[in-house]
Amino acid sequence: MKNTNLEIAFTHIITRKRQTLVAALGVLVGVGIYLFMNSLSAGFSDFSRDEIFKNSAHIKIFKDDQISVPFYQSKDKNELAIINNPQILAENKTLLNPSVLLKNVLNEPYITNAVMQVDFSAFYNKGTAQVKGTSNGVDILAYSDMYNTAKYMVAGSINDLPGNLNGIIIGSGIASKLSLGLNDNLVVSSSLGITKTMKIVGIFKTGSSTSDNQRSFVNIATAQQFLKQNPSYVSTVFANTPDPDKSKDFAKRLQQITAYKVEDWTVTNADLVAGDKTRSTMMGAISLSILLVASFGIYNILSATISQKINDIAILKAIGFTGGDVIKIFVVEALIMGIIGTIAGLIFGGILIFIMQNVYMGGPVGYFPITFEPQIFATSAVLGILITLCAGYFPAKKAANVDPVSIFRK
Amino acid sequence: MKEKNIILQANNIEKYFYDPVKFQVLRRLSFTSYQGEFLTLVGKSGSGKSTLLYCLSTMDTDYSGEIFIDGVKTNNLKSDQLANLRNHSIGFVFQFHYLLPEFSCLKNVMIPAMKLGKYNLKEIEERAYQKLEILGLKDQALKPASKLSGGQQQRVSIARALINDPKIIMCDEPTGNLDTKNTQIVFDIFKQLTQQGNQTIIAVTHDVDFAKRSDRTIELTDGEITATTKNFEVLL
Ligand SMILES: Nc1ncnc2c1ncn2[C@@H]1O[C@H](COP(=O)(O)OP(=O)(O)OP(=O)(O)O)[C@@H](O)[C@H]1O
Ligand SMILES: [Mg+2]
Repeated sequence: MKNTNLEIAFTHIITRKRQTLVAALGVLVGVGIYLFMNSLSAGFSDFSRDEIFKNSAHIKIFKDDQISVPFYQSKDKNELAIINNPQILAENKTLLNPSVLLKNVLNEPYITNAVMQVDFSAFYNKGTAQVKGTSNGVDILAYSDMYNTAKYMVAGSINDLPGNLNGIIIGSGIASKLSLGLNDNLVVSSSLGITKTMKIVGIFKTGSSTSDNQRSFVNIATAQQFLKQNPSYVSTVFANTPDPDKSKDFAKRLQQITAYKVEDWTVTNADLVAGDKTRSTMMGAISLSILLVASFGIYNILSATISQKINDIAILKAIGFTGGDVIKIFVVEALIMGIIGTIAGLIFGGILIFIMQNVYMGGPVGYFPITFEPQIFATSAVLGILITLCAGYFPAKKAANVDPVSIFRK
Repeated sequence: MKEKNIILQANNIEKYFYDPVKFQVLRRLSFTSYQGEFLTLVGKSGSGKSTLLYCLSTMDTDYSGEIFIDGVKTNNLKSDQLANLRNHSIGFVFQFHYLLPEFSCLKNVMIPAMKLGKYNLKEIEERAYQKLEILGLKDQALKPASKLSGGQQQRVSIARALINDPKIIMCDEPTGNLDTKNTQIVFDIFKQLTQQGNQTIIAVTHDVDFAKRSDRTIELTDGEITATTKNFEVLL
């Protein structure tokens, strides 16, 4: 009967409290560290991803560079038409009919926001002082819906930009470098030689130094002028989806409605994504190793228990317990150690997370970006118990194969 | 006259040990044991009594020949089936190793019955108390097994062998650690089990008197049966 196996397992556990605690302690440390390190890694990933989405959209639509191909196609195997040293076509990078494209994109059910954008390299000048950066020509209201720009305004308002062709919103870094304030004039020039005197209608501060020291926002029409382009010129459409993790699929669906190149943020930010993945993998591997080492504690203690209890095992088998019963008894023992250790480990890891949440990192990061993620708690618990099960199973299997006669003969 | 029901039959049992040298420990052993029989096995130390008992008990399967228990050929059974057979039909009293030390005497007696699962826990407990009482150990029931004297432990292990009312009770020197008084008690219990309970006892013993008073004695010499003595013509 199953209860008998359980009762025997519980009795072993209770009469060997010290070993049980030592084994559980191993699991505690393993599970706790695993939970903590993966929470650290996840918290930081979320943080850096949020940083990405402060400035970039989930999906980008643009006209890809095309490499020149021969007009003349080779007709059979014996013929080869090639262009020596082919280069990209010096075509205009404008999207045709951008407003229609934008409307179509916005009509897709999985698109939450979309904006057209015209970017140009800008030089911000005051007297002889010059700051280099990028200016984005956007519909600032739609843009703010997407990136929350309004939240980062430290002076002025985004509402003052629309319709004001000479208006500009600049990053706080530019403002302080050139000691400019709200309503001051700023001379902006583009690499195409266009120079305009703009009026500062707003200053933002996102906390990201690249952004604050280089970026500015103007109206689309203004940006087009800086690029010497006509009023229909738009180089890029950006769109957001409800879930950045699914943006790859959404990008694929979006690709169906346009001939232009649709790229999701994981491609655009491939280096960041790869870095993030590397870090998560590293943390995962390290914490998993710690968990594995911890499971050796259970393995050792159970192996020791079994060699000490070899007489008992022989007696049990003699009075009719099967190998399966013996396995159950010792796996249950491992499981009890594992459950105690896992629960304590989750509490331990939780305390570490709580402490970390109150560590101030400074800069744009603020308090350490770590949160209680139920999913990581669940994974840690499952892994902790799974590993103890394995660690328990092998010694238990050995116990099941004990030959009682050879024990009784000793 | 009662009919002679065969409960155990051994045909041509041979067994070798290979370590350290090849050595034949059991030689073409054949015998039959009947229901309700009190059978003793005697022989010099090293003659193979324990080895034979382990084979009969199905714990040792590394021999040639056939063993039938209650009509079932045990050679064909898988290890789990053998375990169930032991739990059901065989009670075993060991020569040296007795009890599970962390459990009370009562639990030790109860465990085979809990495994069998024929009675509920309360009934099992009652039966266990009853068996312990027969062996004069009722007052020790709740003590941990490790706190008992050798003789007391051996009697607990006899109680444990009886708990499932097995058809056969195999004992390896069940009275080896007992004084005359307790030896007498155990003997009387065995006698009663065979006569009233119709259970079979196969006991290895060095106690000549004990053997003489059993129904039949088989003598082993170097793994061979050298003599079978019917001590009584009773009922067989
Ligand atoms: N595992 C083993 N390997 C090799 N030889 C063994 C092994 N076990 C027992 N023997 C030998 O087998 C023979 C029979 O042993 P067994 O234990 O059956 O004797 P016994 O009749 O029970 O003796 P005793 O009365 O002392 O208990 C002995 O000679 C012993 O040395
Ligand atoms: Mg012996």
